Amino acid sequence: MELINKLLQGDKRACARIITKIENNEDEAVDILKEIYKHTGKAHVVGITGPPGGGKSTLTYRLSKDLSNQGKKVGIIAIDPTSPFSGGSILGDRIRMNELSTDPNVFIRSMGTRGHLGGLSKATHGGIKAFDAFGCDYIFVETVGVGQSEVDIVRTADTVVMVMVPGLGDDIQAIKAGIMEIADIFAVNKSDLDGAERTTAEIRMMVEMGNNENKPSILNVIANKNKGILELIEEINRHKEYLVLSGKLEEKRTERIRSEIITLIEDEIKSRIFNDKDIYKLLDNVLKNVYNKEIDPYSAKDKLFKAIV
Amino acid sequence: MDRPIRVLVAKPGLDGHDRGAKVIARALRDAGMEVIYTGLRQTPEQIVSAAIQEDVDVVAMSILSGAHNHLFPKVVNLLKEEGIEDILIIGGGVIPEDDIPGLKEAGIEEVFTPGTPTTVTIDFIKNNLKK
Repeated sequence: MELINKLLQGDKRACARIITKIENNEDEAVDILKEIYKHTGKAHVVGITGPPGGGKSTLTYRLSKDLSNQGKKVGIIAIDPTSPFSGGSILGDRIRMNELSTDPNVFIRSMGTRGHLGGLSKATHGGIKAFDAFGCDYIFVETVGVGQSEVDIVRTADTVVMVMVPGLGDDIQAIKAGIMEIADIFAVNKSDLDGAERTTAEIRMMVEMGNNENKPSILNVIANKNKGILELIEEINRHKEYLVLSGKLEEKRTERIRSEIITLIEDEIKSRIFNDKDIYKLLDNVLKNVYNKEIDPYSAKDKLFKAIV
Repeated sequence: MDRPIRVLVAKPGLDGHDRGAKVIARALRDAGMEVIYTGLRQTPEQIVSAAIQEDVDVVAMSILSGAHNHLFPKVVNLLKEEGIEDILIIGGGVIPEDDIPGLKEAGIEEVFTPGTPTTVTIDFIKNNLKK
């Protein structure tokens, strides 16, 4: 297909068009993904995650700019939430990255979550593959601002950078399960603000309590003043090297493939079931019975399940 | 096919007021569109680059500084140079009536001046998509 050839040659419009097809779940998209799969696996995928307003976009901008200056090709997938009511969204991550728009080494794509939970959009994985085949050396995936349990990024990225800021809570927040467990690197941003030392110390304490063999590193950065960015790039590269030398990269990516295939099967089963009009009708019919307490939801499930299998 | 319309909302030029652009962005969001908001002080080159990367259906620009006669057509021309003719380009802001025919001539498909109900803009977009 011509579009694929153009993508492989690094054509930006072809890349953009292919990501659109993936996002819109067009029939062609799967054929394209099948075809480009063998050209993927070269890019290092870095997740940039953390609470809203922590500086993820600004940090992504700085990292990408410096990598571009080093001659690297960078793809950025920036995700913002879709409204559950209107289906619309305001994707505002580019505001902090405008200077990169005309950088020939950088490609930025904004995505709405479109109903997907977990901090990413459903098309994120496909978008990463497109960027990989497009020839990116680094792919940054900037998640939505996360709360405590949006951890999908850990099954998506090779290296997870958790962007923290001073003053978000006491040290008990730091030992909670969830997002604090998934970081490979903690970047304490806005480190010129009051409380930065305390935040750094609390994270350090939490990290030292853990018993992973490769403890996450902690860096202080000030993204909007361009401080600590080169050190962060070095740390990302150090983590990448660790993954390769320890064999963890293969392990991580193999697990990712497992969860990807499971998700594909789940999606297929769901769409087959709910595209079946008879089953949908059966579901509609049973709702009133459940509401009137004539039957409970669990028995209703059994009834429907029998019809399905 | 059920897909959200993607709109790039951009402020070319040097004026620092984006309230109108934000109102429009919000209204388009509530109409179910994906709005890529790029913020203030964009060059035409940045707008065109972003439109390509984001593969948008619509470029919506707002100017209050008076530079519309220069900047709006520049964006149209740069897109043309890239061989892109399937993006709907619209403009808004403080734009004198007398300038509107010229802008339309230059390829801005519609110009929305202050006071236009957001529903008018939404309907125009929905009815004039080129993709």
